[in-house]
Amino acid sequence: MELLIDVISWFLLIVGSAFLLVGAIGLLRLPDIFSRMHGAGIIDTMGTAMLFFGMFLQAGFTIVSIKLFLILLFLMFTSPTTTHALARAALDAGLKPLVDDDEPDAKKLALLKKRKKERKRL
Amino acid sequence: MNMFSSAAIAILVTMLLVLIRAFKGPTVYDRILAANSFGTLTMLLIAVNGFLSERPDFLDIALVYALINFIGTIAVSKFVHFKDLAPPLPNNDPGDI
Amino acid sequence: MLHALSLGGVLGLLWLLLSGIFEGWLLALGLGSIIVVVTFANRMDVIDREGHPIHISWRALLYWPWLAREIVKANWDVARVILSPKIPITPKVLRINATQVTELGHVFYANSITLTPGTVTLSLKNGALIVHSLTKFAEKGLLSGEMDRRVHAVEGADDNTVISNEHV
Repeated sequence: MELLIDVISWFLLIVGSAFLLVGAIGLLRLPDIFSRMHGAGIIDTMGTAMLFFGMFLQAGFTIVSIKLFLILLFLMFTSPTTTHALARAALDAGLKPLVDDDEPDAKKLALLKKRKKERKRL
Repeated sequence: MNMFSSAAIAILVTMLLVLIRAFKGPTVYDRILAANSFGTLTMLLIAVNGFLSERPDFLDIALVYALINFIGTIAVSKFVHFKDLAPPLPNNDPGDI
Repeated sequence: MLHALSLGGVLGLLWLLLSGIFEGWLLALGLGSIIVVVTFANRMDVIDREGHPIHISWRALLYWPWLAREIVKANWDVARVILSPKIPITPKVLRINATQVTELGHVFYANSITLTPGTVTLSLKNGALIVHSLTKFAEKGLLSGEMDRRVHAVEGADDNTVISNEHV
């Protein structure tokens, strides 16, 4: 039983660490601020939760595990709030999110331009 | 190797990567985002350290660190946005409660 | 009154769990600080259905496991995108309308969206959300509207809906 718990918490801690690294790599690789927020989101949700669950198993049902649970609950409420505040500040400062144009939208835009040109010619 | 020491090493490497973004970040918001993630990672490191040294009192510090990280990020976002932490509201508006 | 009592109860539980010491003097200190906090919160007029939503607590508890599963799925998707060498992201800004009736429901929905990686709420005004989505998977999940429906169920459509505009 003891061994099983140890194995599960090893697994959870390693998965959590891997997701932390993936989030940080996302923070480095993604192209603009709004997409980097998704990388930070991975660190805030999956990495933190998995690490905390790993520690939770090691602590057992004591006051320590209750504290761990409280920290996790608190983080789950605050991390979207910070992300939202930051996104709004960045938007209001005039940063525009990088957007992949839809195929139909691009076609429509080309059509509009063409019509404008024709109108000018007339 | 202890499971918590390996987790601590992973957290430290992640902190390093996040720091690179904080130094490089083209806009100030990238830096704030990186600082927020760095705070979350510090909180995790404190909690893991509590298990590593078998002193669960560290969890209280981690809780307080999470609180301060939250308020700090909100405050910095607001300060960068308004250039002031208590911007005057128009028409004696008491503000949203 | 019910909300003030429940706030006091939650604060007391928090005090007991975080201190873990059951001595007379410390318990008296805790009781004193709880009374001070509840009085201040009452004077600030923040103890109401919005600030302390006990009416949705049970339904919210049933909603969280589903949200956790969604978060794991979304994490897997975004992690795969980040690690693949060409970064196949399709960032988009979507405008969607929330069907919730109260402002609490809107905030609940917006926070759930931000909590799942792959989608971030950029703006929320009168139930109209602007969402930044990173991948095709996240976009599809968002547009399917299942989360919206579930949050609407958590909020409880039978509640009187006037509350949201009380303070405006």
